[in-house]
Amino acid sequence: MAALVLAAIAGSALGAADSTVNTYGEIANPALQARYEHVTQDLRCLVCQNESIADSNVELASDLRRQVREMLIAGKSDDEIFKFMTDRYGEFVRFNPPLTPKTWLIWGAPFIMVVVGAIVIIRVARHRASLPVDDEPAPETK
Amino acid sequence: MWKFVIPVAAFVALAVLFALGLNPKRDIHALPSPLIGKEAPAFDLTDVMDPSRHVDNAALKGQVYVLNVWGTWCFECRAEHDELLAIARQHVVPLIGLDYMDQREKAREWLTQLGNPYQGVGFDTDGRTAINWGVYGAPETYLVDGHGRILYKFISPITPEVWEREFLPRISAAQRSGS
Repeated sequence: MAALVLAAIAGSALGAADSTVNTYGEIANPALQARYEHVTQDLRCLVCQNESIADSNVELASDLRRQVREMLIAGKSDDEIFKFMTDRYGEFVRFNPPLTPKTWLIWGAPFIMVVVGAIVIIRVARHRASLPVDDEPAPETK
Repeated sequence: MWKFVIPVAAFVALAVLFALGLNPKRDIHALPSPLIGKEAPAFDLTDVMDPSRHVDNAALKGQVYVLNVWGTWCFECRAEHDELLAIARQHVVPLIGLDYMDQREKAREWLTQLGNPYQGVGFDTDGRTAINWGVYGAPETYLVDGHGRILYKFISPITPEVWEREFLPRISAAQRSGS
């Protein structure tokens, strides 16, 4: 609570308009609040691991939300906030990992699978096409 | 030829993947800290036992130290406390505590009743120091070298085996390499 008040004071000291924070932790400036929601949705709560810090109730998540809010009010960009988090918690903290040499396989896997699937289909189709046409019914056995 | 090689190769690849993924020794929740090898984040906190005293890592520069993150709410911290007391008695390395998400009164009571293994215990009022260190639970234990760099992080309670296997060799190497 004290932190929110402090954040609000820090914001107004910077002269940023509407950077006050209400008791629910919402930033009065709608653009900042929208970015706040977007950023906290993309940060993983490391205690619960499959929840974002926007969704989680644990104390670490609320500490991290406060951190995000303060950085937004202080004028930091989304990327600066993500970097702050990954510098401390690693790439895992992001739900949407950036494309890097380490993650290209994750991003590329769907395309690789489509290409492999296409190759298999083409080969099977060609093979079938090369078979002799044989539509005579099998002789019935009585 | 290919009809034989491709399925076998696919099988071997899958077997390796499953062996790695299903290895019971692998802790899927353990997260490697990106701070290893980097400069330990600075902190300057008041001491749990004596609020007029400061616990800061600038004062520790030049020596190898261990930072242990704990809290009275943390069940497993109670489990490792006896080992911390034993470590403190060895006088190998200064043990610094970081009291995380806690109440000063409770923490003081804990240390008075169970014994205080720490040279100083920083009281992290609002969790900011913990965020800077990438803490996401307790207990977590960091080893910092004489140059102020984080050498190693261990998550979960320290046992005598862990101390001997993971910490002591790194500590003596760091102390030998001088600072």
